[in-house]
Amino acid sequence: MNELSTASPPRSAPPPGSAGPRVTGAADAPRLAARTLALRALKPAAFAVSCLPLAKLAADALTGGLGANPIAEGMNRLGFWTLTFLALSLVPTPAKDLLGLTWPIRIRRMLGLFAFAYAAMHFAWYLGVDKFFDLPEIAKDIVKRKFITVGFATLLLLAPLAVTSTDRAVRRMGFRKWKRLHRLVYAAALLGLIHFAWRVKADERRPALFAAVVGLLLVARLAPAVRRAIGRGSGRPA
Amino acid sequence: MARWRDDLPESDVTPERLYLRRREFLALGAAGAVGALLPGARTLAGPEGESLAVASRSDRADGEKPTPWESITTYNNFYEFGTDKDDPSRNAGSLRTRPWTVSIEGEVKKPQAVDVDTLLKWFPLEERIYRMRCVEAWSMVVPWVGFPLGELVRRVEPTSRAKYVAFQTLLDPKQMPGQRRAVLEWPYVEGLRMDEAVHPLTMLVVGLYGRILPNQDGAPIRLVVPWKYGFKGVKSIVRIRFVEQEPPTTWSRMAPNEYGFYANVNPAVDHPRWSQAKERRIGEFFRRPTLPFNGYGAMVAQLYAGLDPRKLY
Repeated sequence: MNELSTASPPRSAPPPGSAGPRVTGAADAPRLAARTLALRALKPAAFAVSCLPLAKLAADALTGGLGANPIAEGMNRLGFWTLTFLALSLVPTPAKDLLGLTWPIRIRRMLGLFAFAYAAMHFAWYLGVDKFFDLPEIAKDIVKRKFITVGFATLLLLAPLAVTSTDRAVRRMGFRKWKRLHRLVYAAALLGLIHFAWRVKADERRPALFAAVVGLLLVARLAPAVRRAIGRGSGRPA
Repeated sequence: MARWRDDLPESDVTPERLYLRRREFLALGAAGAVGALLPGARTLAGPEGESLAVASRSDRADGEKPTPWESITTYNNFYEFGTDKDDPSRNAGSLRTRPWTVSIEGEVKKPQAVDVDTLLKWFPLEERIYRMRCVEAWSMVVPWVGFPLGELVRRVEPTSRAKYVAFQTLLDPKQMPGQRRAVLEWPYVEGLRMDEAVHPLTMLVVGLYGRILPNQDGAPIRLVVPWKYGFKGVKSIVRIRFVEQEPPTTWSRMAPNEYGFYANVNPAVDHPRWSQAKERRIGEFFRRPTLPFNGYGAMVAQLYAGLDPRKLY
């Protein structure tokens, strides 16, 4: 920290007579202001970026950019972004534990909600566009086709997490209970991966890549526990 | 809170004749949203490439309009060039289709290696509009150009031991980048029973929309069997072998519980991961019922008279 604050002294010479500490303070003020501004912009920026895949989908749908089978393409894209946001929502915790970054925590809830939103749109697309509300057929699909059963289960797991994503829900449930419930996201990520892997006909590269990324993120979450275990092992006070 | 004030002028009132048409407006909006999901939302690319001399034309798709050239040439399952639907159209440029030799071998009296251009001169080219049903539950209507496989079979004179015909795609990872990874067991192989091979509907195809067949659709020569799922239509053929035993086929070797040897279009037998009862015609919004034998039952059902219908997938 100290190194950081002395690394970039003010460009202009300090005014005569000014004391050292005050110079540092004056230089920090704009940096702090910039940081505050960046943090204030973080959520709207994250929201806008998270909407981009949807905007692209809408634009492509209107211009014929979804190819010869736009219905299949749209469904595939929404599924892809569901898994992507599920993986992204697993980033902030290890980012804090391992890299000391705290700002990702501020958008973790939003990332999780976007995962749910894309999952819901993926399902709605299947329901209303792909199958056009052919409910008997859809019911059969969910029961008979393993990969659809698993996909549907993923959505069912994500729904209570989205519903209890508010601050009020955390207060009402109590943090421990709330946290326990939200561990369902691990199961959801796993089922989402299985859904994708079972859907693919022969080329398992993309599901494998997703599995590797999610696996790594889950392993990274163990870092603090490992550190504590090592700490205990070396006899240092906890 | 401000109280409501009557400050709307009479001119803001929606004219009654427009008001009465409000549902039309909604319907138009809905139709537009649906229309946006169809590839017709913009002008599609038309046929291109060298024209072929077509001697005759016949419609075997009950007058249905053929699927646009652009869809047929950008939405392909040809894993030799990648597993995404648009991979073949982007990657198949690396395939050299001339010179091209097809080796005809096995149980035939006249085994030979024949150049594809020579092969083309042996038979008059026909255009036939066929339905094409993919095992993935989408379908197209395709104006193929080619000749009946039966004509070739008769010309090379199979022996009495020839019960099946086995086909093989080119194996060359340099030209077919998809073969650099073992997504499927390369080379792609397919097969037909002899009576299926000589059936008048079974074609060797060399063209599309009156033009020379684009690489991504299986150039220079491919098989088309319109009553079977599309994966039976082996592409870029280099070997036709007449054999006594049922030959292995790529997809049934990869997943025998999902793909059979016959692979006849059959709405009653689901693929384990999706229903085969309906299909989406490329370019249409609503799914339509799939027909047994893809609608060619009157011409081919007798081929399978003694066979367990559950094997007909």
